[in-house]
Parts: sequence; C-alpha cells; structure tokens
Amino acid sequence: MSDQPQFQLDGQPIPFQPGDTIMQAAHRAGVYIPHLCFHPQFRPHGSCRLCVVNMQGKTVSACTQPASIDLEVHSETTELRQSRLRLIQLLFAEGNHFCPSCETSGNCQLQALAYDLGMTHYHYDPFYPTRIPDGSHPELFIDRDRCIQCDLCGRASEQADHKAIYLLAGRGQHTHVAFRSDDGELGSTQAQAEDRASHVCPVGCILPKSGNYPDIAGARLYDQIPIHAQGNHRRDDGGTHDD
Amino acid sequence: MARRVAIDPVSRVEGHGKVTLLVDDDHHITEARLHIVEFRGFEKFIQGRPYWELPLVVQRLCGICPVSHHLAAAKAIDQIAGVDQLTEPALALRKLMHFAQVLQSHALHFFHLASPDLLFGFDSDVAKRNIVAVIRHHQTLALQGVRIRKFGQQVIEAISGKRIHGIAAVPGGMNQPLTADKITPFKQQVTDIITWCDETVQTVRDLFQANRDFHENFGTAPAAFLSLVGPQDQLELYDGEIKVIDANGQLLHRQPCDQYHHLLQEQVKSWSYMKFPFLSDLTPDTGWYRVGPLARLNTCSHIDTPKAEQRRQEYQALLGKTVQAPLAYHWSRMIEALHCAEAIAVLLDDPALLSDDLVNQGNKRREGIGIIEAPRGTLIHHYRINEQDQVTMANLIVSTTNNNQAMNESIRRVANDHLNGRELTPELLNLVEVAIRAYDPCLSCATHAAGKMPLQLELMGTDGARLGSLTRHSDGSIQHAD
Ligand code: SF4
Ligand code: SF4
Ligand code: NI
Repeated sequence: MSDQPQFQLDGQPIPFQPGDTIMQAAHRAGVYIPHLCFHPQFRPHGSCRLCVVNMQGKTVSACTQPASIDLEVHSETTELRQSRLRLIQLLFAEGNHFCPSCETSGNCQLQALAYDLGMTHYHYDPFYPTRIPDGSHPELFIDRDRCIQCDLCGRASEQADHKAIYLLAGRGQHTHVAFRSDDGELGSTQAQAEDRASHVCPVGCILPKSGNYPDIAGARLYDQIPIHAQGNHRRDDGGTHDD
Repeated sequence: MARRVAIDPVSRVEGHGKVTLLVDDDHHITEARLHIVEFRGFEKFIQGRPYWELPLVVQRLCGICPVSHHLAAAKAIDQIAGVDQLTEPALALRKLMHFAQVLQSHALHFFHLASPDLLFGFDSDVAKRNIVAVIRHHQTLALQGVRIRKFGQQVIEAISGKRIHGIAAVPGGMNQPLTADKITPFKQQVTDIITWCDETVQTVRDLFQANRDFHENFGTAPAAFLSLVGPQDQLELYDGEIKVIDANGQLLHRQPCDQYHHLLQEQVKSWSYMKFPFLSDLTPDTGWYRVGPLARLNTCSHIDTPKAEQRRQEYQALLGKTVQAPLAYHWSRMIEALHCAEAIAVLLDDPALLSDDLVNQGNKRREGIGIIEAPRGTLIHHYRINEQDQVTMANLIVSTTNNNQAMNESIRRVANDHLNGRELTPELLNLVEVAIRAYDPCLSCATHAAGKMPLQLELMGTDGARLGSLTRHSDGSIQHAD
C-alpha cells in the first residue's frame, strides 16, 4: 500500500499528487475519462464538457476539478455516457463534418469518441455554418468547418511556441479560430509547420499541405483500437504520445 | 413536329429510370429521352476544398464506380502538384488498382446483371431470368463470376485498405506499397482468373453468334467512338491520348488529354440534368459518340496481352472492324476483363509493387485534367485551384454522360422496331431495359437485376399529350397509367 492520497473513480482507487485535477490523476494512472479540450501539457480550458463526471452528487469538469482525498467520482455511468453522446452530436451539428473525405478520419478524436459512445446518427439538425477556410499559409491549410473550439491551438501557440498566433474569435454560434495578423490570415503570421500548434488540433482543422492521407484505410490510429483503450493521440505525435 | 415536354423531376418515383418516347402521327418514335437525375450539385460541393482531398471526395460521387473517380481525380491532382511522371512503383500500383476495378466491375455487370438475359433470352419469363436461375443452370459460370469479382475487389482492398472507398492515391503518387504476403495469394489465383475470363469470352461469343441477327441489329444506331489509346494505338485503360473514329472506323481525331475541351462541347437540354457531349467540329445531332468497351475495341489497333488479343482478333473477324451493335458491348466487355486479368498477372510479378519510392514532387500548377478509361468508358475530371490551393472550378464528364445520346438513340431504335402501334407493353419495357443495360450505365436503376430495373416508360404525342405510361417497380410488378 502506498501512502499517497487517493480518490475513487468508478470504484477504482486513483492516487494523486498535490495540485492534481481529477483528470490529471486519472490520466497518469492510465484510466480514461473522455475529453477533447484537455491536454496534459497545457493549462486546462474546461470548454468541451466531455469530461464532466459525477462527484458525490455534483457534476464537475474532471479537467478543472482538484482531486481530493476520499472523493467518490463516477464517470462511466449510463447518464454521463448519454450526455457525452449528445455533446458529441452537437459538435457534429455545429460544424460541417464530412468524415468520408476528411483526411483526419480514422485519426480524429471527435470521430473516435463518436464511435466509442455509439453515435449512429446526427440527432440535432445540422447548422451548416458558413465558415471561410484559410489556405494563405504555404505549408498549412485551415478548415474552420471542423473546428470544435477547444483552443488547443491557442494554448499550444502561446504556451509551447511562445507565438500566440491562434485564438478563438466571435461569440456563441459564430465562434471561430482566428489568427493574430494584420489581415487576419495565417499566411501573414510567423506560423511554421514545425510549431506545436500546427500539430495539436484533435480534429481535421489545422492540416499540412503536403504528406496528406499517409495511411490506407484500416491502418489509421483509431481503425483498430478505440479511443478509450489508447487515449487521445494524434497521428503525428511521432510516437511520443504525450496525451 | 414533336413538341417538347417539360418534365417535373419530383413526379418521378425515386430510384426509377424514366424514358419518354415521342411519337409522331405515323407511329414513328422521333425521340427517346432517358431522364437521368444522378450527378447533381457535385461541382458546387467541392468549391473551396483543398485539392488533395479530391480523390477521396469524388469517390462519393458515384456509388457504382468510386475507384475510377478516385484515380481520375488523382491523375488531375498529379498535374496540380506539378508531377507529369509518376515513380515506377506508384504507376504500377495505380494500374494494378485500376485493372482490378475494371475486372471486378465487368464481372459484376456480366454475371449479375447481364448474364440472365443473355443465357435465357431477353423475352423469357422474368421469373426464370435471374441470377438464381443462372446459379442453378450454369453453376460453374456463376461461381467463376463471383470469384473473378472477389479477386478484383481483394486486390483493390490490398492496395487501398477497403473494397470501396479506400485511401490510396495522393498528389504525385500513392501512399503505401504492397507487401509480399499480400501479393502471394493473388499470384496463386490469377491463372485461374485468366482461364475463367477466357472461358466467359467464349460463352458470350457463342451466345452472340447463336442469335446473330438479333444481336447485331438490336438498338443499333451507328455513331462515332471515343476512347484513350496507348502510344502504338493499343488498348489503354489508365493513360494515353484521346482517339476518335467515325462510324466507318476512319480516324477523326487523336489528341493529348489536355486538349479535351477543344475536342468536346456539351449541350444542355431542358428535360435532362445530364449534359450531352458532342464533337466540337460537328453539331449536337451529328457529333455524338459512344464510349466504353465497345468503343475501346473499335479504336485500338491491338491489345498487348496475348489471350485478350487473340479474342479481339476473333471478335473482329466475326463482327468486322468497327462494331456498332450495342449488344456487342457484352462481348467486348469480357475481352477487356480477360485483358485486365492478364495485365494483373504481369504486374503481380513486378517487384516495384513493394518499393516505397511512391511520391514525386514538382512545381505547383493551377490546373489539372485527369482522363481515364473507366469500366463504362472515358471519364474526365478537370479542376482549377486558386493560389490558396482551393478548388475554384470542377468539370466532370462521366462515362455515362458520354454515352447519354447513344443510349437515347439505341432506345429509339428499339422502340421503333418493337413498338406496336401506340401501346406500351411490358415486352417493350423489357427491351428498353436491355438496351440501357448494354451500356452498363452507372445509374441507380441499372443496379437492379435483369428484368427488375425500376423503369417508367412514357409515350408522348406530337401535341405533348401523354398517350400512355407503363411503370415497372423493382419487385417486377407492372403498373399501367394513361
Ligand atoms: S474532423 Fe473528425 S469528425 Fe470532423 S469530418 Fe474530420 S474526421 Fe470527421
Ligand atoms: S483549430 Fe483545432 S485546435 Fe484550434 S480550436 Fe479549433 S479544433 Fe481546437
Ligand atoms: Ni459512375
């Protein structure tokens, strides 16, 4: 027995360190709590609401809720799975997601969670938003239609690249990924293909302009192993799989 | 003078093919109109998409020939990527995938859709003219058909990960090589596949010859032929120059693919969503042409695989140098299937399939034209992009569009030969189906089994009055309406 403090997640003891959130502790222990905007290397954003768990009768975001001793936390309940499914369905309806031709298909965390949660249909009427793509950068293409507003690009650009290029602009339904440049185009920023921000998007929004579709069907990240079993990875993590 | 009739697309039963016959006072069919609702809105859908998505997006364009669209778009985006010459391994993989697609498509068409008609006669009882009967009475043939198709599908799957809607072509090449253990089973099967294809050619030949007169004249309406050909005028399915011959086999044009838009124009007709391509130096009425296996065997001077070449020579010895009969599509189709099987056998021995030297690079261009010989004929994909790599223009002429007027002319001929007075009969409807089916159009109605094509036949008078209508549903039931 370790004398590290623990809490209970779906009946399983999870050790934690001082300052950990529920998500951080679970992640370190290798126990999966569904999420999209959380990334262990960046400050939590608490926006996607997928990691909402039940903590002694209250619903809290696991990525922002500090862990504390003897907490009883429930994540894999029928109700929470259902509300996560609805959140995912809403994300599909809010963007324009045409998976069959999306190059992130098979490597996409949104799609992988949709499969995991048993999504079979849209449920909500699609909004069909009109969002302008940005192809101004020589090495990167931005497909705003698939953005889920997780701000991982913004956080990576600020906290890892120290460039603060990406941000979320607009409100509500009109929220969209934008860039800090005079003309608002990515091509006018200091963004580079090697930046952390260029590789952090969990969906098919920030795309390289070369080396696309590297895998045949069936050989992609989530084709064989579901996301709850392997976590939130990106194809180009380079094997480090830090999330 | 026949009056034009406006067709309300909504009145059409979903999934049904619809044919309007315009009849004059002397009981002559002046015009036949096959109404096609497929292929709408696609050009708009891809506006603004990055060009490298095209091979995947276009696979969804047609549920019947996704691999052909994948490869035609791939050829176009090679040019946008500035690549005129693929690496040898990438070219070998593309061709292998393409031959496999043509093989499986031809096998599907012959064994599942056409063979019941050919084996039991076009006028035999529908209840006995189906694939179940083929399996019962021609068990070996049916079994071989299933295995030929499966073989083609498995080759496609090995290359792209899926039988349909796989991922393979990327700008300037292919994404993954094959592996030795994926190739081995194909090598073991391919000799049988060649033998069975050859036997099937024999079967189709015998069936054609047995009722020679009928087969030669059914739906025949002489016209020009268009296809790609190889450098020595050989049969070429993946890449080549466009060759056009007239109804007598005289050379009209031979041009590189990027000249297609000088060669062809498209006419729009109010009653059809599908355009009518014609040769620019002629008129819409005189410049229509045929594509597909029949055209390809007419335009080529030879086939560069031995068994198929032998069958081609036999075919021409029996039918002449420029074959016009739509029902000879079936025969030419199986000669092509044989060619594909032989070509696959050669490619399977090519060590290049295992190499990962798969992508070439070049200087970006703004325009790409990809033309390929799809199972059903010449397929044209033409794109332009802006400086941000987004598609700004797409023009697609699919095989079935190329055959649009030809199908109408064959239907007209059949109707003129077989319409009795002004009465639409199930027999006539059946024959119209046979004429459409010969072209193997990629229309949803044509995916139904022989004798079960959901089809509405309509007769119009010169004054535009509807004189009658006959509908057959996909369960085979017939509905009359006046
Ligand atoms: S980003 Fe993900 S969910 Fe959206 S279209 Fe691409 S694969 Fe599908
Ligand atoms: S672009 Fe990608 S990483 Fe950035 S907010 Fe949108 S979904 Fe998140
Ligand atoms: Ni098609």
